[in-house]
This record gives sequence, structure tokens and C-alpha cells, in this order.
Amino acid sequence: MAIVIHVKKSCAVNPLKMSAPIGAALAFTGLDNCMPTLHGSQGCTAFGLVLFVRHFKEAVPMQTTAMNEATTIMGGYDNVEQAILNIHKRAKPSIIAIASTGLTETKGDDVDGYLTLIRKKHPELDEVALVYVSTPDYVGAFQDGWAKAVAKIVKELAEPAPQIAGQINVLAGSHLTPGDLEEIRELVEAFGLKPIILPDLSGSMDGHIPDNFSPTTLGGTTLAEIRATGRSEFTLAIGEHMREAAQTLQNKCGVPFEVLESLTGLDTNDRLMTLLAAKSGRPAPNKYRRQRSQLMDAMLDAHFYFGGKKIAIGAEPDLLVAVGKLLVGIGAELTAVVTTTPSPVLAHLPAQEVLIGDLEDLEQRAQGCDLLVTHSHGRQMAERLKLPFLRMGIPMFDRLGAAHQVTVGYRGTRNLIFEIANMFMAAAHEPEPDDWRQPAAQGAECGSCAPAAAH
Amino acid sequence: MSTLSSKVQEVFDEPACGKNQAKGEKERKKGCTKQLVPGAAAGGCAFDGAKIALQPITDVAHLVHGPIACEGNSWDNRGAKSSGSSLYRTGFTTDINELDVVYGGEKHLFKSVKEIFDKYDPAAVFVYQTCVTALIGDDIEAVCKAATQKFGKPVIPIDAPGFVGNKNLGNKLAGEALLDYVIGTEEPDTTTPYDINIIGEYNLAGELWQVKPLLDEMGVRILSCISGDAKYREVAYSHRAKAAMMVCSKAMINIARKMEERYEIPFFEGSFYGITDMSDSLRNIARLLVDKGAPADLLERTEAIIRREEAAFWVQMVPYKDRLKGVKVLLITGGVKSWSVVSALQEVGMEIVGTSVKKSTLEDKQKIKELMGEDAHMVDDMTPREMYKMLKDAEADIMLSGGRSQFIALKAKMPWLDINQERHHAYAGYDGMVTLVREIANALYNPIWEQVRKPAPWEMQGDKKLATENTEHTEVLLGGFRSVPSVASVV
Repeated sequence: MAIVIHVKKSCAVNPLKMSAPIGAALAFTGLDNCMPTLHGSQGCTAFGLVLFVRHFKEAVPMQTTAMNEATTIMGGYDNVEQAILNIHKRAKPSIIAIASTGLTETKGDDVDGYLTLIRKKHPELDEVALVYVSTPDYVGAFQDGWAKAVAKIVKELAEPAPQIAGQINVLAGSHLTPGDLEEIRELVEAFGLKPIILPDLSGSMDGHIPDNFSPTTLGGTTLAEIRATGRSEFTLAIGEHMREAAQTLQNKCGVPFEVLESLTGLDTNDRLMTLLAAKSGRPAPNKYRRQRSQLMDAMLDAHFYFGGKKIAIGAEPDLLVAVGKLLVGIGAELTAVVTTTPSPVLAHLPAQEVLIGDLEDLEQRAQGCDLLVTHSHGRQMAERLKLPFLRMGIPMFDRLGAAHQVTVGYRGTRNLIFEIANMFMAAAHEPEPDDWRQPAAQGAECGSCAPAAAH
Repeated sequence: MSTLSSKVQEVFDEPACGKNQAKGEKERKKGCTKQLVPGAAAGGCAFDGAKIALQPITDVAHLVHGPIACEGNSWDNRGAKSSGSSLYRTGFTTDINELDVVYGGEKHLFKSVKEIFDKYDPAAVFVYQTCVTALIGDDIEAVCKAATQKFGKPVIPIDAPGFVGNKNLGNKLAGEALLDYVIGTEEPDTTTPYDINIIGEYNLAGELWQVKPLLDEMGVRILSCISGDAKYREVAYSHRAKAAMMVCSKAMINIARKMEERYEIPFFEGSFYGITDMSDSLRNIARLLVDKGAPADLLERTEAIIRREEAAFWVQMVPYKDRLKGVKVLLITGGVKSWSVVSALQEVGMEIVGTSVKKSTLEDKQKIKELMGEDAHMVDDMTPREMYKMLKDAEADIMLSGGRSQFIALKAKMPWLDINQERHHAYAGYDGMVTLVREIANALYNPIWEQVRKPAPWEMQGDKKLATENTEHTEVLLGGFRSVPSVASVV
């Protein structure tokens, strides 16, 4: 429905997009006892690290091959080898997961080849899983790096073997928070199924206090679980960008899959219930029947405040679809829409147009909107345009609780609806004697809030 | 690249650097960038350092020429405050794509500069080189030159791609760019005998504004701060100052030294952290100005202010002194801040059980020894595991460090305070020290520590042994504080 427009300008201003390598690195952070590593200069890792630390308010293990000018030109074999040996010696991870960067891709380092050589040379690494994914900084965005990383993980590590009854894979997109993943785990388990969530940030980045210091990830999908994804009955991929990984797993191990573009909203959760009921042979538990009813009630209560509201939203494609469709589904309008990278889902978005651009593009189009939805970098424009501002996505560095923002399931959807409705209510204009006299400049600004105020 | 490598060499050769003075000819040439160990490295790159050093210039558009990572992953994440323009907080990047990598990104860069002038009308554009664009050979110097001619406003190349070295090298290369292209290019409307430059102060959390009122009272004018809350023009005419204070020695020593050589602006190295250091800095500013011809009554005026401020400070310390006496502090920070914070904390009776000297010069280390005694527990490079153990074993009561290591303390359920660049509180000057002490007290005496150290109910029932161990631990940690009055009476 939407026309996808690549913004034609030379200078990106106030980027919405983050780079693919750190998307891959965050996916690796969802693996247990893993050391995510960027093959690039030390700054590539430092920037990603600081970003994640500020978002999750957690220590984040992440290493670098520390390339410099000379090693870049000579090729990075020695650095990759040394990095792996050092990490193995110092942190003893089960998985060392490497993503390339713009620097090493421009040079053209053949890291897959390096790893084969390193394997031959160092039998002491036999027990360590090595995963490498190619993610040049100048191609795609965060979500793309995440998608490639997960596809590569299953390609390298999933093992075809006899099926385990009742075991379900959940391939989780980058738009899901640790809190979302906990909710999904509960949902699947409620049907008596055993989920393997990959990658599982709810094990590593959920903000728990471990008993001891660990130099690697504090939890997440274990190596054994990753291998066992090949033995599951079914794969549920959440977010279109998880399709490639699901397809890869099907090709390698024959596990059938379905992609749900999000788990936010009534329809998509109905589909989830149907799927889980079919796979488990059990009816939906009463708890969720009740929650569905509560969600409908929330929609009924909230729709007064959503009708005709104009939304400015900037998000990666799959988060955009999840939140955008929900908002439109309760009567709001996606007036200004910006995303980071091409995706097949964009064309189906209920909006006139979707820009692949930056927050400057969004700001130009957000004049007169009723709500801004984007990550924390929207704070400057929200202040300039005086818009209510819902923070969603990564990074969220100026609020606490980013890891526990839950927007999946009937319950998560219900809470998101309330949160947004409350923002509309808080921003509503109180009627004044002169409101109806002349469509004065002040009145026009808030014209769309008038029905809400009258309510 | 040849100019860049000669620049790097020049920066390594810095004669005024304390570390360099102690080195032989050959060692000096090798430079001060420690060879990084792949798989065991931490910290930002040269580009990061250059950006940190220059971004506080508020009316400049800071344009990063490179792939999205360099700006997209990091923009608007530093705490430098502005009294005017907020343009410096706008993220500009060429966000180069695959085609740029193949065909070169120079035209793309030039067009980006044009768009910025058209839309934002900045005082100048600073163009930051990055690894990828350096590797493909984009000549940003040539593009900047052409753009300056075309648009009639300064377009300054900042040639510090990430892979040439660490953050500190980037700070210095940024300084070189200012020396080469900015400083000395404009003239101030007026000058006074009281004009100073403050070099290496970034106005994080507004710290410059904590100090400025006192300078105002002395009658001293900050002609230019490089680079906190600076306007482009102020930096451009900074060569007319009478004297300079260099705040963070390792970061911008080359600017201070070269400005002394070129423009005969004498400088001293000082700090705004801690009472003694703050007072010394004010004295030194006055002394240098009087040496350069300012009326001598400035000295008297300064002393009067110092006497008043110090007395006021100690009055404010009274309620804290008992509570902070003997509190053991683990201080993990860089360079000059180590000794100035060490002395500050000791002044209010705290005990420093360890301090990092990773970025400190020999001189810094000497100062720490003077302050902490010969057996000063200086750690060159403490691993996170060691920090965690030290805190867990209660060898320290609180850790002060940068944001990256905060979770080591918090996961050990120990108090922590941010004293690095992302911090939200301003700790400079006399007022800043009061804030720091208040924040330390707030952190130490927060009632959460007792709560979070309590064993879980199932630990009590299920594993008696574990439960007793935990309780003992809690008592040890809280032992020193039990008898003191509640937090409310102090704050």
C-alpha cells in the first residue's frame, strides 16, 4: 500500500540508522557464554559497546581484532588468529562470534578462509564454536546485520537429527526486547511446548545479577540448544527479517516454519494461538482467552483517543510494521514514516509513503503530528516540535527499563495501547472560550485533539 | 596519507609531554600508542578522540565522512553543554554506500557540505576522516579546500581516521587541525589584559559554568575555551589571549605548547577538581596575567576570593566529614584526573585504596606517590575481574570510574559513582566538590545496599550455610555506617 522512497540527498542528518556489524554483535550477545567480536578497528567495537551499555544499563562483552592502518593493508589474518587465541585464553567462551566491518570488507579480508586455517593450526580450539558473518558497514542497517548473523548461526551450528516432539524454535527479530522474549517463552510453554529462542537476549541482557563475574555473555541460547534447533518440530520466525534464518534452517535440517511479521496486535496473536494450539494439540489456556478479551476491551476504551491521530514514526522495518499496523488498526494515521533499510514488509504498510531516510526527513514531515515514535535520538526533534514522544527501539539511553518494555502478546499489546492512549490524553487541549471563535493559529495546532478534549 | 603519518609522528614527538621527556630518542619516535592486543583491547579510536575534542564547538556542523557506523552508532552521546547553538548536537554523516567505496566518496562529500551550508548555515563545517574513506584514498583536504573557496566559509579537514591509533592520539590530531586551520584566522573585537584561554576543557555537564562566575568576579575573561561551549570564531581568535590554562594535559598539550611558541601565550597545567587544585589554578591564572602586564591588584583580589570560597567549602563539609571519614575508595580513571581527585577525596578524609594510572604521566604518578605515600596502590591496567573481586571482598567501599565499568561495581552490589564524560553532575570548582562529596555520601548511604545484599528467602530455607555467609558479608560491608544518623539529616 505504501510507496517506498529512497531519499535523494548526500548528507544524512540525525541518523535513524545504526550499522549492520553491531546488529550482528547484539544477536551474538543473545548466545550463552559467547564473545561477540568485531573484525575492525577498536573504535568499531567501542561505539557499539557504549551504545548497548547505555541502552541496556548492563555490562556488554564485546571484543575487537584491533586492526590498524598497517594490518589492514597487510590483511587481517594475524589479528583474527591472535584475537581468537586471546579470547579463548582469557575468557574461555563456548562461542567466538565474529562480524566484519567496513574497514576489513573494503580491504577484502577472507575471514571464512582464515577460520579454516586457524582451525587446522590450532586443535586446542576444537571445542570452541567459531561463527563468522560478513557485515560491511556501508551495506544495510542494524536489522540486516542481526538477520545475517542469525542465519549464519543456524547455518553453521544447527544439526539435522531426529525430531524432538514438542520442541519449537523461536527465531527472534532484533525488534524484540528481553521482556518480549520472556513473554513469548511463557506463551509457548503454556501450551506444553518447549521453546528454543534464538538469539535469546532474555538470558543475557535482562538485567539480572549473576553470582560471579563473567567476561562473556551471562546467558542466552546455549550451544547445545543452537545445535538442537535442527531437531525441532517447527520454527516460528518473528519479524520478516528472520525469514532467511528460518529458510536456512529448513534447507539444512528440514524444520518447517512460519513467519509472523510481529506479535503486536490482535490478529497476529490470534494466529499465534492457532499455531500453538495446532502444534501442541491443546486448546488455548484460559489465561490467554481472558487476555484476548482484555485486549479487545482496551481497544474499545482507547479507540476514542486514537481516531484520526497523526503519527510520525521512525523505526527499523519490522518494528515499524509491528507498531505502525497496531496504531492504524485503532484508527490512527501514519503521516510521517521513515525507516532504515529496504524490506518486503514496507510495501504493505498502511501509509501513503515510507522513506528510507533519517530523522531530519522525519522532522520535516512531522509538523502538526500528534505523536512521535522513534528511538531516543528523537528527543531533540520532539522538543523542537513539542510532540508527545514514545521511545521505541534501540538505542533508548535516556530512560530506564528498555529491556523490559513488553509489546508482544495480547497483554503486551494491551499495555502499549494504554501507554499511547495516556500520552494522547495528557497532551489533549483543554477547551477555552476562544477555541471556537476563529480558527486562530493556536487553535489550529491542536485541532485534532478537540474531540478528545470534549470527551 | 604521507601528511597524516608525518602529523602522527610530530604529535608523538611532543616535547612538552612528561612521558616523552623521560624517553630516549628512539623510543620517542616509536610513539606513545601502545600496540593493541587483538581480542583484549578496549577503548575508542582516533576518530572518537578527535570528535570528543572538537564536538563541543557549538556553532560548527560536525560532518563525519564514512559509513553509518562512525556517526550513526555514536551521535549525540556526549555531555558537553552549550549556552547557545545546539547545532553541534546534530548528527551529520555522508553515510557512504558500496558505490562510494568503489568509485570514491569525494563528490558525495562535497555535495554534503553544500547541503549543510544551504540548510543549516553553520559558522564552519568540520569534516572528519574515517577508516574506510581513508583506505579508499578520499582526499578530504582537497575537498575541504575546494568547498571553502566555493562557499566562502571555513571547511576544516580533521584527519584522524580510527585506525591510526587510540582516542588520545585523536585528541591531539584534532588539536593539530585547529592549529593548522583555525587558530589565528580571525581577530577579536576587543582585547583586555585579562584574556585567557582554557584548553582541554569540554564543559561536560556544564562544568565550565561552575568555574566561570569566579573568573568573572576576578575580572578575568575567558577569551576562548578549547573547546567547551566554544563558538568557531572564539577559537579562531584565541591567539590573542594573554595566558592559558591547560586542563587535561594528555589531550591537548600540543595546542598549549604550540600557542606558546607561536603567539607567546604562556600556559600552566592545572585542574578544576579538588579544593587545592582549584585554588592553585585561580592563583596561576592571576599570576600569569600579571606577569604579562595585568595590574597587580588581580593577585590580591584572587586571594580574597580563594579565602572566601575555601572557608565556605569547609563549612559545607562539616556534616559530611564524620560520615565519609575512612571510607575506602577505588578510583578508576585516567590521567590528570587521578591525582587531582585523589587529593580532593583525601581532603574530606576518605582513603584511596587503589587508583588507576593507565593514562597518567610519570609526573602524575609522582604526585600520586606524594599524596598517597610510597606504597600507593597504583594499578596500571586492572582487569574487570580484579575490580569485581576487590569490591566483592569489600576491600573498597565505593568505586568511582567511567560508565563502562559501572556494572562491575553494581553487580557486586557495591556503590558506584560516574566521574567520566557521560556523567550528569558537574564536579568542577568549589561547588563541584561539594556536589561530588554529596553524591558519594548519597551513594554510600542509600538504603538499597542493605536490601540488595540480603539473601533471598529460598537461600535462607534451602541452604543455611550460604545464607549465613551472605549475612556476614553484609555486616562487614555495612559495619562502618551503622551508627551514623540517617541520610535525611545530611542532605
